[in-house]
Amino acid sequence: MSLSAHDLSWSAGGVSILHGVSLEVRPGELLGIIGPNGSGKTSLMSLLAGIRRPQGGQVLLSGQSLHGLARREVARRIALVEQQAETAERITARQAVELGRTPHLGAFTPWSNQDDAIVDLALEEVAMTALAGRLWHTLSGGERQRLHIARALAQQPEILLLDEPTNHLDIGHQIGLLHLVHRQNLTVVAALHDLNHAAMFCDRIALMQAGRIEAIGPPSEVLTAARIQSVFGVAAEIVRDGAGGCFIRYRHPDLPAPRAGWIAAAS
Amino acid sequence: MNRAVTRLLAIGLLALAVLVLALWLGAAIGETAIPMDVVAKTAANRLWGAGYDLDRIDEGIVWNYRLSRAVVAACCGAALALSGVVLQSLLRNVLADPYVLGISAGASTGAVGVVILGLGAGVLSLPAGAFLGALTAFGFVALLAMRSGRGTGAVILAGVAGSQLFNALTSFIVTKAANAEQARGIMFWLLGNLSGVRWPDVWLALPVTAVGLLVCLWHARALDAFTFGTESAASLGISVRRAYVVLVGVAAMMTAVMVSIVGSIGFVGLVIPHAARMVVGVRHGRLLPASALIGAVFMIIADILSRIIIPGQVLPIGVITALVGAPAFALILSQRKATA
Repeated sequence: MSLSAHDLSWSAGGVSILHGVSLEVRPGELLGIIGPNGSGKTSLMSLLAGIRRPQGGQVLLSGQSLHGLARREVARRIALVEQQAETAERITARQAVELGRTPHLGAFTPWSNQDDAIVDLALEEVAMTALAGRLWHTLSGGERQRLHIARALAQQPEILLLDEPTNHLDIGHQIGLLHLVHRQNLTVVAALHDLNHAAMFCDRIALMQAGRIEAIGPPSEVLTAARIQSVFGVAAEIVRDGAGGCFIRYRHPDLPAPRAGWIAAAS
Repeated sequence: MNRAVTRLLAIGLLALAVLVLALWLGAAIGETAIPMDVVAKTAANRLWGAGYDLDRIDEGIVWNYRLSRAVVAACCGAALALSGVVLQSLLRNVLADPYVLGISAGASTGAVGVVILGLGAGVLSLPAGAFLGALTAFGFVALLAMRSGRGTGAVILAGVAGSQLFNALTSFIVTKAANAEQARGIMFWLLGNLSGVRWPDVWLALPVTAVGLLVCLWHARALDAFTFGTESAASLGISVRRAYVVLVGVAAMMTAVMVSIVGSIGFVGLVIPHAARMVVGVRHGRLLPASALIGAVFMIIADILSRIIIPGQVLPIGVITALVGAPAFALILSQRKATA
């Protein structure tokens, strides 16, 4: 099962958002998509999920164009968790997760014990079993986000796409949620805002700027002080650990730029 | 599995019993009360030639006037309630219904266009004209709502604009082209009126409602998938455009046919789905049949009330539904504010 994008372009309302984006998602990896606001992360995610059709280029799933496949077929293999999907319906936590079974059920297929077992497992994965009976509007932002992940897991996809899954969560929930996703035996593509989270959890990172992929590779290669300065306009130091990992320390804008030797010492 | 089937069967039978009881009452109660057993015997005579000896006039009233009228009322209530569920779920808007969104108004304009102006040169039937009017109105409202930001408020405001426009068009056509007698009849019909209903109307209303219910049930899971919006529905494997075309088409068809038979009746499509949600929850597999049943029974009762509330006079049924519906609408509005 491989997912790849070839020369994708996309525009909305006359504004060009993606230009010639190509990337290949490797089976089993956690690929992070990072980039400033408006760099095209969300558009790329919805094109990869096949819920929008690219104006140029194509997305291939195991060699087949996503738009040659039935929507339902795609939904059995790719699950998407959007940013902050909300509802005013009086739906319970469990019912929200049960929606994940939709692509596996025909119009009049009865709900089975197996479906129940899959939903139970998904709720357990995100530690929401105890709150399964609660109504949606009584749950916190973190709980809702975990339910969205559980719904995606109940879809039993091979590929999980997450669009800024940790927005509006406290740090404990952010790390917990990424760790949860990382544990899954799935191919994951996640648009992320926090560079340190991307460095901590991702196998590879794609850095986007103005609708193009600026760099793609392991976090320690993609995240350099020069790139962070040019793409985000922020001065930062990259601190590398012995195991090939790295983390980013941002500098206060009022402080003078560090001397070259200082960065060398830190890295 | 077996228990589930038994349960389903039991619920189905119970629903049927409630519906039959409502129809029975609808045929018995009226200006001249007719005993329940006479109603039952009439039905037996007509349905399987039981051969009971009955007063010809009583039998005629029950069969030719009241029973056909009650069946059409039931169909109308069910169809409008189903349309309301579909529109509320697709647009994710608790205030959506065919009346609020101007679909009923468009259907009225289409119907009047066929009857008064002779649009369609005799090829277009009254219900077909209403259907075209309904689709035109929905298209207009959808376009306007999209251009003004797609929010809950935008959709409702676009619906207000659409309703006003199409109601004005209807009045314009009636005033300009109809003679006095036509105009009086049409104005009464516009408020919702079951007086002229006979069996031929049943043979239109019943199949349309049955097909509508089946198509909606066929899409029950798809409607569930719209809980978190269209993109979420798409990512759950729903072909969004197809679902929209089929479901809006079915809602417009049901609304148009009912408008062409009984005129435009407000608040049923809006209020009944909320009542049904309180009873059976938000899942469409249950919500759709429950809404259809509650809508049918509600409409039969509203029709009975419209005939007996003022002795010697028939109130337009739209007046009754609005008297019940408007306060319920207010309640939904204020609750929405409380949870938002």
